[in-house]
Amino acid sequence: MSDQLLFAMEVTLNGLMAGVMYALVALGFVLIFKASGIFNFAQGVMALFAALTLVGFQTGQVPFAHLINAVFGTRIHHFGWSVPTLAAIVATMAVMVLMALLVERLVLKHFVNQAPIILFMATIGLAYFLEGLGDVMWGADIKRLDVGLPQGISETIDGTTFGWFGYGFFIDRLDIVAALVAAALVVSLTLFSQYTRQGRALRAVADDHQAALSVGISLRAIWVLVWSIAGFVALVAGMMWGTKLGVQFSLSLIALKALPVLMLGGFTSIPGAIVGGLIVGVGEKLFEFAVGPMIGGATENWFAYMLALVFLLFRPQGLFGERIIERV
Amino acid sequence: MLYREAGDFKTTYAADGQTFPIAFDRWRYYGVLAVAFGVVPFLINDYWANAVFVPFLIYAIAAIGLNILTGYCGQVSLGTGGFMAVGAYACYKLMTAFPEVSILVHIVLAGGITAGVGLLFGIPSLRIKGFYLAVATLAAQFFLVWLFNKVPWFYNYSASGQISAPERTFLGVAVTGAATPAWAKYLVCLVFVVALAWVARNLTRGALGRQWMAIRDMDIAAEIIGVNPLRAKLAAFAISSFYVGIAGALLFAVYLGAVEVGEAFGINKAFLVLFMIIIGGLGSIFGSFAGAAFLVLLPVLLKNVLVGGLGWSTSLAAHIELMIVGALIVLFLIVEPHGLAQLWRLAKEKLRLWPFPH
Repeated sequence: MSDQLLFAMEVTLNGLMAGVMYALVALGFVLIFKASGIFNFAQGVMALFAALTLVGFQTGQVPFAHLINAVFGTRIHHFGWSVPTLAAIVATMAVMVLMALLVERLVLKHFVNQAPIILFMATIGLAYFLEGLGDVMWGADIKRLDVGLPQGISETIDGTTFGWFGYGFFIDRLDIVAALVAAALVVSLTLFSQYTRQGRALRAVADDHQAALSVGISLRAIWVLVWSIAGFVALVAGMMWGTKLGVQFSLSLIALKALPVLMLGGFTSIPGAIVGGLIVGVGEKLFEFAVGPMIGGATENWFAYMLALVFLLFRPQGLFGERIIERV
Repeated sequence: MLYREAGDFKTTYAADGQTFPIAFDRWRYYGVLAVAFGVVPFLINDYWANAVFVPFLIYAIAAIGLNILTGYCGQVSLGTGGFMAVGAYACYKLMTAFPEVSILVHIVLAGGITAGVGLLFGIPSLRIKGFYLAVATLAAQFFLVWLFNKVPWFYNYSASGQISAPERTFLGVAVTGAATPAWAKYLVCLVFVVALAWVARNLTRGALGRQWMAIRDMDIAAEIIGVNPLRAKLAAFAISSFYVGIAGALLFAVYLGAVEVGEAFGINKAFLVLFMIIIGGLGSIFGSFAGAAFLVLLPVLLKNVLVGGLGWSTSLAAHIELMIVGALIVLFLIVEPHGLAQLWRLAKEKLRLWPFPH
């Protein structure tokens, strides 16, 4: 086999893995969109916020340390203890649930019956607020996140492919873990929405708000639930991305890339989020590999958006989305 | 007492249909213009020009542009930063290629070029709607910024990858470059703002503006009553981009002098201008000014209070500013979805009826 083909195969595999990471963020978007019709722009920032909080708890940082220091002239930074990873994850999850409650109380409640585009802009505001809050709470420096996930080249795949082709593929072990986690997430979310009481209520709300209300489902409770689940998905995505790149502001930009993923897959489909993620991941890696060097590289910045734009011209509802029917 | 139409008799249709039908309103606007042209240039210094007036005027142009597209025509765009970059780079290329032509011509031409690019990215809007379109405009944002970063021709192969405005004069006074006096910067921007705001106000009052609003309220219904969505939407994209491009050209040539594309025209710029029109008021020219003033003044105010007054660090103040802006967006959307412009309208309505509210 020629070298170029082997490289292309390696790039494709890595693209698939990167695509899984995008899909992780996109999942959170789809969940909220299905249950409340809200296009939650803040999902990416939620992942960043969750990762920041996780690191903060883990290393025993004092929340709002900078603010407290600035106001009272003290010099506190750390409690001086470190929390075991699992406990920190549970605590972070608690924070995300609290956030879901507050978002419902303070924001969503007031937007019932508003146009979707108004809600969309409100979530942009929410994204800004959370971004500022994360920085004020935990400081804006780049942090290392270590939750014990494996990292570095996978020796097994390297060895196996070397045996097959005489060329070892480089695959990050973290990416493999991410793929497994994403699969587990999708399966458990599907089970949850198909076989539990809450899950059924959730699907009812997604189907029709008013009908769900009329059979006694509390819309507000469901919203809190959905935002909590989205918070959980954000936490998982934040853990993966944070381990990969360090916890920093650019995480929320990566999360923006979940948007073209969604547009490809359709806003309402969980499998769509996964497939869209894979297409975007493979597409941008192959494009960068094949065309990138000719036109200056770093095409990953925009390729996903352009792909989605061109794709939408031909199929506005995405691959798996429900057909858009408009009535006057 | 002064603010009412009673006793102000109109004898022609033109008088009845004018922008400011109330005499007091009309005179007040003339007064504002007179102060802006006749008083401020003599008092302005570098700090006030650079911190407040020039950015306010430039962002007001960008906000009017985005308001035409989003507020009047209902097409949410997150590509403003990219289009501003087109304006800036077009202006730069023109300035360096044709040094003998007046800078003011270049700025207008830069707007025209941006209009062409905007037209191109507006074509998908015929099939894609709502937030699908908002995300599609992100493609413009990221692609354009990447393009200006990667193709050396755009920055004339300069080693730093930056573009910096050479000195150009108008009537013997420098308007770009390091030697520009504060009042010249201010006046150039002011002339553009007044001219463009006047055009925008009248466009949105006319047939085209009504078509845009029909499209915004429901595009299928608008099509049925005879609005051509192709023409209306593309016109909105082109005109909006023209405004945004001029704002970008002014931001680069007159205000900043030297820019690096990712830093000056990144995605944050797109959000900033979007926030201006949300806070100021969607579908209102006055709202564009109010929103621009608000979001230009807020950081200055916070910086003076938190950093200057309380002695906090600048980064902390910047983060708190993010929180405040985010919270304000949500608050405005909850309390007054039509923004500052609606508050202004309500205040005027109260004033007209005062002191007998019924």
